[in-house]
Amino acid sequence: MNIQTNAVSSLEGNVAVPVVIPGSRRFYWSIRRELWENRSLYLAPVTVAALFLLAFVIGHNPHAHVHIGLPINSMQRQQPDVFEQPYTIAALLLMGTTFFVAVFYCLEALHGERRDRSILFWKSLPVSDTTTVLAKASIPILILPLITFATVLVTQCIMLLLSSAVMLVRGQNVAELWSHLPLWQMSMMLFFHMLAIHGLWYAPFYGWLLLVSAWARRAPFLWAMLPPVVVGVIEKIAFNTSHFAALLGFRFGGSPEKVPFTAGPMSMGVLTTSDVVQFFTDPGLWTGLALTGVFLAAAVRLRRYREPM
Amino acid sequence: MACIEAHGLRKAFGAKIALDGIDLQVEEGRILGLIGPNGAGKTTALNAILGLTPYQGKLKVLGREPWSDRDRLMCDVCFISDVAVLPRWIKVSQTLDYVAGVHPRFDRAKAEGFLSKTTIHRTSKVRELSKGMVAQLHLALVMAIDAKLLVLDEPTLGLDILYRKQFYDSLLNDYFDRSRTILLTTHQVEEIEHVLTDVVFINRGRIVFNRNIEEMESRYLEVSVRPEQLAAARALKPIHVREVLGRSILLFDHVDRQQLAALGEVRTAGIADLFVAIIGNQESKGAAQ
Repeated sequence: MNIQTNAVSSLEGNVAVPVVIPGSRRFYWSIRRELWENRSLYLAPVTVAALFLLAFVIGHNPHAHVHIGLPINSMQRQQPDVFEQPYTIAALLLMGTTFFVAVFYCLEALHGERRDRSILFWKSLPVSDTTTVLAKASIPILILPLITFATVLVTQCIMLLLSSAVMLVRGQNVAELWSHLPLWQMSMMLFFHMLAIHGLWYAPFYGWLLLVSAWARRAPFLWAMLPPVVVGVIEKIAFNTSHFAALLGFRFGGSPEKVPFTAGPMSMGVLTTSDVVQFFTDPGLWTGLALTGVFLAAAVRLRRYREPM
Repeated sequence: MACIEAHGLRKAFGAKIALDGIDLQVEEGRILGLIGPNGAGKTTALNAILGLTPYQGKLKVLGREPWSDRDRLMCDVCFISDVAVLPRWIKVSQTLDYVAGVHPRFDRAKAEGFLSKTTIHRTSKVRELSKGMVAQLHLALVMAIDAKLLVLDEPTLGLDILYRKQFYDSLLNDYFDRSRTILLTTHQVEEIEHVLTDVVFINRGRIVFNRNIEEMESRYLEVSVRPEQLAAARALKPIHVREVLGRSILLFDHVDRQQLAALGEVRTAGIADLFVAIIGNQESKGAAQ
């Protein structure tokens, strides 16, 4: 009895001021959390960039593949691509790195928290499964492309400065190098390429991997690979066709067919408005994004039902 | 409004029934111990209350349905499931940042205050802390949240006796006031005996005993019966008899204290003794059938 009266009076005395935390703040902290846990998201590209720069510096001996101070002769003057080549290699190398990082991140994202039981801690906080899964999905779709873009840009600037320094020492014409290197165009192209291709065009891959990560009890990598292989094999046996494999290859290969920058930064062309329009009006893009939505919705539902392993 | 209201709560994993129609009402301001043998359904019941598992039947926690409303419910509910759930990679300072970032009722200064009484460094990672320190950290985080319901599932599992004692002391002294409700499970019944206001025994998915402490202490008496009075004592229909060092100890429900005093030494029955008597009787009945 006594307890009951005390309870009532202390409740009345305790004027709770509810602080409202907007969903965007929860989302922001969920992303910070991912970056704390997965430091390889930025350490891997930075390490690869550092190694590449080291190779770039060492490579100024004439037998190396990558030349730091480009010997300028008449032949090369006619092929300005030669100037771009090491910059393109740097960009491709970093893109490849972050793609692998993204794949392994996705496979671990909803699996690791169940394995170490920390999902019980995350679920004891007022953050919905939807917020958590969307934050995790935005890592490969948005955050990693931005990290890649920044790393490539910084790497290319350092390369340009290194080359200029070496050329100045050798008394070569630096203006030649700068005029042949459309760094601003390359950067714009890269920025668009990262967000459009590595983010949006590849999104269904990441969605699928996150779904498997939420579903599998063990070996999410194998479970992620198994269904596509099985579908491909069944199709081959039943119809003797390989449309599914071709579809995956097409998706993986880069971008919608008609868009000119299919080969990615290999062709450092000029980014035009019509390219952008063409990309965003491609039905393949929207089909892929719809599929991503389905995968992520399923991942949210699975995270809600799944218990620690 | 009751803090927890359950009617006919059921949950089955395939053919195995984990919760077999639980009816439970927990009022605000109580400290309820949910006690049962392994596999009795304790954790399943807590998971249902916390919105971690779907269930059949009616369940309201602080007026909300846990399964459909988990994230909003977690503004008012805290839980420590067992000491190992803090992620091992996280830094102490990051736990403070994150909880402060997402929890509307978290008081960071309070958590820092609790932590300053420990030897935990802000820059340490959870994997570098001892098991006892992880429990201290988790408790500091939870106690700095102004929640209405705190759920503890084996919170002191694997801790040494000093940490265990400290855990419950700080919980009672620094956290509990009569507007909060605490629901806890543990196997170390003796340690929480003086803490609880209510005791619920659960066995095979059913509640088999539900009393508040005052009622329990006035109803259940244990008598260490002198051998010559054993027959007389048995005539009063004890609910349980056990032998300790050659003396019979009989447990009585609802028998007058004066009457029992004539038979031997009388004392109030502890939760552990009651647990053994009630669950033990049930199990042997189950075995006889």
